[in-house]
Order: sequence, then structure tokens, then C-alpha cells
Amino acid sequence: MDDLYRDYILEHYRHPHNFGVIETPDLRWEGANPLCGDRITMMLDVRDGRIADVAFTGRGCAISQASASLLTDELRGKTLDEAARMSADDVLDLLGIEISPARLKCALLSLDTLEHALAEGGPPASPGDAGTPAGVDAGGTEPD
Amino acid sequence: MAEAVDLRGQVADVLPLDPYALRADFPILRTETSTGRPLVYLDSASTSQKPQVVIDAVDGFYRGYNANVHRGIYEIGERSTAAYEAARASVARFIGAPDSREIVFTRNATEAINLVAYSWGRRNVGRGDAIVLTEMEHHANLVPWQLLVQEVDGDLEFIPITDDGILRLDVFEVLLRLRPKLVAFTHVSNTLGTVTPVREIVQMAHAAGALVLVDGAQAVPHLPVDVTDLGCDFYVFSGHKVLAPTGSGALWARRELLEAMPPFLAGGEMIREVHLRRSEFNAIPWKFEAGTPDIAAAIGLGVAAEYLMGIGMDRVCAHEAVLTRYALDRLATVPGITLYGPPADQRSGVVPFNVEGVHPHDVAQVLDRFGVCVRAGHHCTMPLHERLDLAATARASFNVYSTREDIDALVAGLGEVVRIFGV
Repeated sequence: MDDLYRDYILEHYRHPHNFGVIETPDLRWEGANPLCGDRITMMLDVRDGRIADVAFTGRGCAISQASASLLTDELRGKTLDEAARMSADDVLDLLGIEISPARLKCALLSLDTLEHALAEGGPPASPGDAGTPAGVDAGGTEPD
Repeated sequence: MAEAVDLRGQVADVLPLDPYALRADFPILRTETSTGRPLVYLDSASTSQKPQVVIDAVDGFYRGYNANVHRGIYEIGERSTAAYEAARASVARFIGAPDSREIVFTRNATEAINLVAYSWGRRNVGRGDAIVLTEMEHHANLVPWQLLVQEVDGDLEFIPITDDGILRLDVFEVLLRLRPKLVAFTHVSNTLGTVTPVREIVQMAHAAGALVLVDGAQAVPHLPVDVTDLGCDFYVFSGHKVLAPTGSGALWARRELLEAMPPFLAGGEMIREVHLRRSEFNAIPWKFEAGTPDIAAAIGLGVAAEYLMGIGMDRVCAHEAVLTRYALDRLATVPGITLYGPPADQRSGVVPFNVEGVHPHDVAQVLDRFGVCVRAGHHCTMPLHERLDLAATARASFNVYSTREDIDALVAGLGEVVRIFGV
């Protein structure tokens, strides 16, 4: 009966892909929806302008966590430009479920976090209003 | 007879009210959701539903005698003024105010607290002065005081709570050594349902020379409130939580306090004489009611107060106490559930909970499919959630029209939450 909580959404919620920590990421951002208590930290490793590795941690509702799981799957291998072009519609397509206006913020938290990570998640620290680029590796722009 | 309920000394040994009969007074409770389910409204702590008499009062005002108050020298203007002031008298009786001129109409409790913070606060709280709040205040009874102490370089102190949401009065006693100017706290926690010992806190605060503001937003809909008996100095509440329209609310304060306080908002209505460079202000309470008020909402608030006095707040209180106990017992049977807040005998009709492994938003979303409305989030008490180390909670809350069947529907819906998420 429940369109929102399809099996694959629940599967991504219970066993999110790319859930974990990259110790010294090139880009990192902690995003939050303070009103819901949803929280996502996204970490990216970049090689030759492409996303070589991506991981996230956090807690929140099934929609926000499944969205982060699906989005991070999509990001691996993309160039930074391609990643930056990811739109809200792309993320909603990945989710593949009808999202009500009240849950849109949950569904798009991962995209918002990604956008911040790409724009201001690298060293030197540049505090933004939606989160913080905490724990960025000092020499992280050129790993390997 | 209902079982005797000891809610902080307010023993209710009264004729039980019949919520099923009362429900006929609330048109919205006969509606269905888009999925064809009857509405199970368990979010009354957020805002209450409105009885037909209140809807009719608003409708009757606009259809029959819509005119500004305190201005028109014509029949409908006199009628609207009389109805507006009659509403003030009803509200005064409803909360035990000795004089209806001590009732200031506001948009809601938030505006009433801001009025006190700006008017009384900026004149009476100075550098180094302390204001004592509690860890479980609604943001409405926290942020106005933050702004005030930032502006005057004062301090905020907080009465801590136990993990059950009971105020630590032993710590309060120590905080009183700071000689605070004001103690401001909630009568009933909107998140945990804790009923606070107002009289005891008032006595302690007054003995230390502090004034007391009580946030009654969550108490007035559920308990008999008598401000004279409570002994506080300021009492605020919102109309929309107490069966009245949105846009209605009230501040009660002792007359001599209101008379000494400078105006909050300035403009029409609040003046006696205006010259280009100075003005004389109106008498209380109109000194604090600048501009055209929400007349229809105020009249609706008066009618809601009369409606509840007709039922008897002691019966409302007993009904909700029995319902809360039923809810706590039934909810405890849900697998993976955690219930928060004090024991049933120390709380009013608010039950916060979490289902293990399921975010409250998802809980609320699944319940919505069953027509069950609960609140999910931080309920405007982020510091309290931080204190309890919770990101968010789901919350069921009751009012006069709530029934055991509402709670049964909630429990059945939670069964579906558990099934979907495989708790």
C-alpha cells in the first residue's frame, strides 16, 4: 500500500551504500536539516578531476538516508563538473517515488550537502551557513 | 464517576465528560482524509480543532456586525465593541483574573511573552541581572529572553530537568541566590507533558524577590487555571490551542505591573491624546493593543472560554488524565517503542515517543496513511531534545474530543510502521 516506502528505499535506508568515512577526503561537508534532525556528512576523494571515492555518514529519516545512498552511488566516476550539474530532478528521479512538499527537504539534503562540498568543502576552511567543512586534510587537493 | 486523578494536587473527582457527544460539536472530526479514512487528530498540542459555536461566532461577526472596535458611533460598531469586551471578560473568568482590564489580547502566547520581554524587560532587567528559565521551554519562552539579555548584558540561567522531565527544584533554590529579576517557565511542557509545580516555584521566586511569568500555552487547554490562586505575576496563553481561532491569545498581568509598563507596539487605539511630538497613552489594557485587533478571533476566544467553562475544566482535566494513562499503557505494547516524559500522574495530555530505528518523520508519514495526525520533529524545543540527546520525537497529544479509539488507531498505525520498517 505504501508508495513512499518501497522495498528498495527501505533497503537503502537499512543498508545504505557508501556509508562510512574517508579518513582524509579532498572535499567534506556536513549538512543538516535542523528542523527534522536529519544530518549528513559527505566526503569525496578526487583524482584527475574525477570523483574517485565517495562516502557519507549521518542519521535521519528513510528518505534522506536513501537519497544519500542513491546519490553517492551515482557520483563515483563522475567529473566534478558533472557532479556539480546534478539537479533536484536528478535526485528525485533516482529516488523514483512521489515526494510531498513537506518531505522535499529530506529528499534533497544529500544534494544540498554535495553542492556545498563541491563549492566550499575543500581546504582552506571556508565556513558556510549551511554546514562546516570540518576536518579537511591540509594537503588534500592532490592525493596520491 | 471517573477515577480520581491527582494532577499536582488538582484532584478531580468529577462526572466524566462524554467525548463522543462532544465530538458532534467539531465539524472537522466528521471529515475524511483523501484516502477515505476518518480523521484521527492527535496533534492538539500544536493547535486544537474548533467547535461549531466558535466557528459560528467568527462567521456571525463578519456576517452580522463587522465594524472596528472603540470607534464607531453606530449600532454595529457598538455591537462589535461590546462583543470584544465581553470576550475579554470571559477570558478573565476562564483563567481566574480578578479584573478583565488585566487581560491584554495578543495574537498568541509568543506575542504575549515578547510584549513582556520588550516592555517590562527592557525597563526592569539591566546589566548583570539574571533571568531564570528551564531546560524545557518552548522557543517562544526562550528566544525573547535571549534577545533581551544580549541587549542589556544580562544573564540567563536554567533550571535543569531530570531524565523524566521533572524540574530540579533543588538546583532552582541555588539559582535564586543570583537574585534573578524574573523566573519564566512553562506550566505544562509542550514536548513531555510535564505539569510543573507553579505554586511552589512562585513562592520560592517571590521569596527571592523575583517576578514570575508562566507560559500557559499548553496548560489552559487542559487544566483548570486560576492565576490568582497560582500567585504568578504574568500568565500567557494562545487561543488557537484552546478551541479558539488562530490569531487570538492573551497576556494576563497584575494591574499595577501593566500600569507601570511602557507600551510595546505604538499606533492607534493605544493612545489617549496625540500631538506631533508627544502622546499620552490609553488606560490598560488598551495601552497594549495598538492598531485594529483581530476582533473576530478575540470574540471566538471568548466563546471558546465559555464553551469550556460550560463543560468544566476539571472534567476536561480528568478526561485527559485517564486518556493519557490509557495511551501510555497501550503504546508500551508497541515493539521497539520508547516513551518519554514523567509518570502519568505528573503530566498532561502529551505523549512523546520514538520507534527504534525509525525516524519520527517516517513514523508520522506512515501514520498519515491511516488518517492519524501526530507531530514529528523537535516541537520548538531544540534545547530540550539536545538535553535528552534526541534528534527528534513523534508526539501524540489530546484534547476534549480525543477518545480511546483515537489511541487505538494510533497503536494500529504504529503496528504498520513496525511491519514496514521491520523493527
